[in-house]
Amino acid sequence: MNYGVVSQEQLEKIDAILTEKLIKIGVDCVIIIDMAGNIITAKDNGTSKYDVYSFAALAAGNFATVDAMAKLVGEQEFSLLFHKGTDCNIHFSKIDDELLLITMFGKNISLGFLRLNVVETIERIQKLWG
Amino acid sequence: MSFINLREKIVQVKIVYYGPGRGGKTTNLEYINRKFSKQIQSEMVSLKTHGDRTLFFDFLPFNMGQIKGYELKIQLYTVPGQVKYNATRKLVLKGVDGIVFVADAQEQMREKNIRSLNQLHENLRDYKESIFRIPLVLQYNKVDLRNQGIPILPISILEKDLNSKLKVPSFEGSALTGYNVAETLKKIISSTVVSIQKKLQ
Ligand SMILES: Nc1nc2c(ncn2[C@@H]2O[C@H](COP(=O)(O)OP(=O)(O)OP(=O)(O)O)[C@@H](O)[C@H]2O)c(=O)[nH]1
Ligand SMILES: [Mg+2]
Repeated sequence: MNYGVVSQEQLEKIDAILTEKLIKIGVDCVIIIDMAGNIITAKDNGTSKYDVYSFAALAAGNFATVDAMAKLVGEQEFSLLFHKGTDCNIHFSKIDDELLLITMFGKNISLGFLRLNVVETIERIQKLWG
Repeated sequence: MSFINLREKIVQVKIVYYGPGRGGKTTNLEYINRKFSKQIQSEMVSLKTHGDRTLFFDFLPFNMGQIKGYELKIQLYTVPGQVKYNATRKLVLKGVDGIVFVADAQEQMREKNIRSLNQLHENLRDYKESIFRIPLVLQYNKVDLRNQGIPILPISILEKDLNSKLKVPSFEGSALTGYNVAETLKKIISSTVVSIQKKLQ
């Protein structure tokens, strides 16, 4: 697919997947960005409001940095990128070479459960573009 | 590469300020941030060292309002100019739509400008982009120093050094006083928008 332009229909399908698999299990906010730091879509639970544009720029930079470090030590990639806080955790996952899925979640969800749902989310999004 | 959201009718465009260390890239963004506060909804993000040198990038989202029914969001970035930071400089260039090259017009900076521009050329090539195709504007910064008797390169020399092959729009400027900062920005935005429209056709 040409990721630079996503159709309305594709976006609606993606949003439905994000809502069903992530927002419904209690994730605060989920964002899909490209590696240049553009936002593809953002969904939240209605109570958390982040400055998603700055967040996307920083997240893309963060991911790119870690990716470059992986290459320096001879790794293909570090598959898990996760930041743990007291009230908020951030989890990064690659959808494909161009897209990243970022989820922000609190204490109420375990990392294992979240990862399971992220994997399923990504599989379903990849199928959309298959 | 710009990202277009057809549902919310938003176009995101990435413009990067590139150039040698201490050339005035961050100062350009700081001036824009002060001067156009109405068009800027969030804080400028600066990842910098204690000595105020850019470590990774500055980021400033700039709202241009509606163009042909689309809301235009311009994402302004700077790269770190210090020679040792080329790896991070390259990361910031990922997906760039338009570039402002900020040259330092002081005589002593002549070599550094040329070297930085050559490296931009190489860095773009690594992304399969071309410095001859991407929208580009040159800014010959710090011309205010003329008034303090500091030797400044004549524009003809700067044009010959940096713009003889590229032949892109260029401005003398002073990021410190704001001279031609907005003009530089307007020019790169319009060149970039035209180039995106062409790609979409
Ligand atoms: N006189 C004068 N000084 C300037 C001008 N623009 C920037 N400076 C000064 O030059 C120094 C470096 O400016 P920065 O904007 O931090 O330079 P930079 O290109 O972001 O530098 P790096 O982040 O290291 O790449 C600062 O002390 C600025 O105040 C200008 O137009 N005139
Ligand atoms: Mg800087």
